[in-house]
Amino acid sequence: MGDAMSGYSCVDHGLVDAILERYPREEPSLIQVLQDVQRAYNFLPCEVLTRVSRELGVPLSKVFSVATFYKAFSLTPQGRVIIKVCTGTACHIRGAPLLIEEVQRRLGILPGGTTEDAAFSLHTVNCVGACAMAPVVIVGDKYLGNAKAAGLAAHLTRGE
Amino acid sequence: MRIESRQQFDTAVAAARDTRLSKGREVWVCCGTGCLANGSKAVAQAFDDRIREDGLQASLGLYHKTTGCHGFCERGPLVVIQPEGLLYTRVRVSDVPEILDRTVRNGEVIPRLLYKDPATRQSYAKYDEIPFYKHQIRVSMRNIGRIDPEDLDDALAHGAYAGLAKALFQMTPDQVIAEIEASGLRGRGGAGFVTARKWKACRKARGDRKFVLCNGDEGDPGAFKDRSIMEGDPHGVLEGMIIGAYAIGAHEGYLYVRDEYPLAVVNVQKAIEAARERGLLGTNILGTGFAFDLRISRGGGAFVCGESSALMRSIEGRTGEPRAKYVHASDKGLFDLPTNLNNVETWADVGAIIVNGGAWFAGWGTERSKGTKAFSLVGKVKNTGLIELPMGTTLRHILYDIGGGMLKDRPFKAVQTGGPSGGCLPADKLDLPVDYEILSENGSMMGSGGMIVMDDRTCMVDVARYFLKFLSEESCGKCVPCREGLKQMLLIFDDIVSGRGKTGDVERIERLCQGMQLGSLCELGKSAPNPVLSTLRYFRAEYEAHVGRKACPAGMCRDLTAYEIVQESCTGCHQCPKVCPTEAISGGAKMKHVIDQAKCISCGACFDVCPEDCIRFFPRAEAKEAAHANADH
Repeated sequence: MGDAMSGYSCVDHGLVDAILERYPREEPSLIQVLQDVQRAYNFLPCEVLTRVSRELGVPLSKVFSVATFYKAFSLTPQGRVIIKVCTGTACHIRGAPLLIEEVQRRLGILPGGTTEDAAFSLHTVNCVGACAMAPVVIVGDKYLGNAKAAGLAAHLTRGE
Repeated sequence: MRIESRQQFDTAVAAARDTRLSKGREVWVCCGTGCLANGSKAVAQAFDDRIREDGLQASLGLYHKTTGCHGFCERGPLVVIQPEGLLYTRVRVSDVPEILDRTVRNGEVIPRLLYKDPATRQSYAKYDEIPFYKHQIRVSMRNIGRIDPEDLDDALAHGAYAGLAKALFQMTPDQVIAEIEASGLRGRGGAGFVTARKWKACRKARGDRKFVLCNGDEGDPGAFKDRSIMEGDPHGVLEGMIIGAYAIGAHEGYLYVRDEYPLAVVNVQKAIEAARERGLLGTNILGTGFAFDLRISRGGGAFVCGESSALMRSIEGRTGEPRAKYVHASDKGLFDLPTNLNNVETWADVGAIIVNGGAWFAGWGTERSKGTKAFSLVGKVKNTGLIELPMGTTLRHILYDIGGGMLKDRPFKAVQTGGPSGGCLPADKLDLPVDYEILSENGSMMGSGGMIVMDDRTCMVDVARYFLKFLSEESCGKCVPCREGLKQMLLIFDDIVSGRGKTGDVERIERLCQGMQLGSLCELGKSAPNPVLSTLRYFRAEYEAHVGRKACPAGMCRDLTAYEIVQESCTGCHQCPKVCPTEAISGGAKMKHVIDQAKCISCGACFDVCPEDCIRFFPRAEAKEAAHANADH
């Protein structure tokens, strides 16, 4: 946990500067900026949000409103590998609930949670549009089609 | 080089045809999301390496490329060999040398890699003879799977931007709108609003600054046509948008793409840059003086942003909360300026309509719904994937002739269309021709074209609950009927599926549905009751079984269902203990297996894997009664 949390107090401001350079300093840039911040830091650190609010001239309350409205953003640090279990209709009827349970049981976290060693986060997503291979699990950026609960273990190991 | 006149455009197209259309063979490797997941990148790389090493490009006049999604994702990675039109399925890296030696060099077919019909065991060599493709007519998907989406010249060689050239050089904006009107094109995002009428209103709106938007926030779970179009033929979408902007008189546009579609974002971005470089976007398009430029706006993962006014708020950098519709977007849309929004598929149709004429497009379809429509056919059906068909095709034709019938030949129960705003249609509706009105009249809707096929192992109460849960998470929370109505309904459904259903629950649900339909602000809330109402309309008996007998007829509601192994038919094959997540099944290989009811969580994994059909499910309530009866004796 130490590693992930320490990001809170010593944010690398170089990353924010580079992101802010890409967009006009105005409200319409807010979502695009936050998306880049999320990608760069793996979450939205408080300090960065204050900075974004100042630079874009958007009240902090509005920044938080947007940051909590959209699913793409998280206010807590995410694991190094993000596991997304698709819960689209096709995935649901072809066994997505079983897959969520399997990941939960193996990692000991609920959807939205992160393992204590910050190795994995588990999320459910509404539909990734890969319905023809339902059910689908995405580990990092690897898509696993026609996923079976019994086959997931191999993708949930920490060795690397 | 920038194209700055009609003549230069024709020259560019001729040059592209020269370099991109081979006189010899072509190898197309599908790199859509589905095929990529199955390993097509490595296959494409293997072709690339091998072709370069052996100098095949020069010696055979071979042209090879990666393409977007062919739609037959089930069978990926897919490789197409032209000009024969051979389709190889489930191609592995190790197959590449053989394909090059036998097929590309000598024109031999490799039977092992051909598609075999699961029902008839017949092999098909040609792409367009396979039942999945044979019945399709592709307009919006005309170039998907045929072009390399990252190569503008390849797109030009296959006819891209011909519609734009025709519109800009030969037609006035009014003529463009008239052609779209003649085509009968209606919004492909689901609501089916007449496209030409929308364009006219925006053209007439006062003001010099207008916007043209593309809705690529395909949020309906189970639909992925827009993803495939944006990934596989981004130029088709851009072409439509530029033509639309010309007709309306707009000079700025946004393409709103779902954040969950990373490949679509990349391919559209590359297409925009390439088009700008060649003078197809930006100032002075094709040298005509017309200016239009386009930016991508990535969504933040909120379903409600597919709603037009919420989408515009999101582009403005705000939370995606819809507003009341007495203000028309054509007058006050994005940044309160006149705005025209169309769906990805609608835009992709435009270029083809301009080239071929409105009458050509209107030649397909029904009285009120013209042209062709893309669908994603998924769920419990043999051939899953992306298809495009004339409006008015029957559900039965789609499911059996194209989809190849039910997965594992289980009985058909329902087909869900229209996503969370749609509904479920039962077996006696299979002969309905699919168009906007007919689907709505029967309690469902067109939506994004998702068709999710369900069998007897799908619980309709669970499906309705699934959509309620989805919508209660996605409701923006602005208006009370939607925010609270969904929450209360979900609580009642939770009770019903866990055996706590009470007499009167179904009637309470119906009243809540009515309240939401009448009182919600936007279409998300107004249409949210549809999955509930349509399942109540066609599958009321299932609700009654859940509430009255505490039984789930499909055996999917875990709290109501117990499983047991029928001892007489168990062969001891030992498949089921391997998939049991709680180690509830005892018995070694070649021995009768038994489920420990105390450990069993009724997940059904054993049922799905048993090759002998010897696992049976029954209402848990019955098991309890039996236990009581035994105790009494």
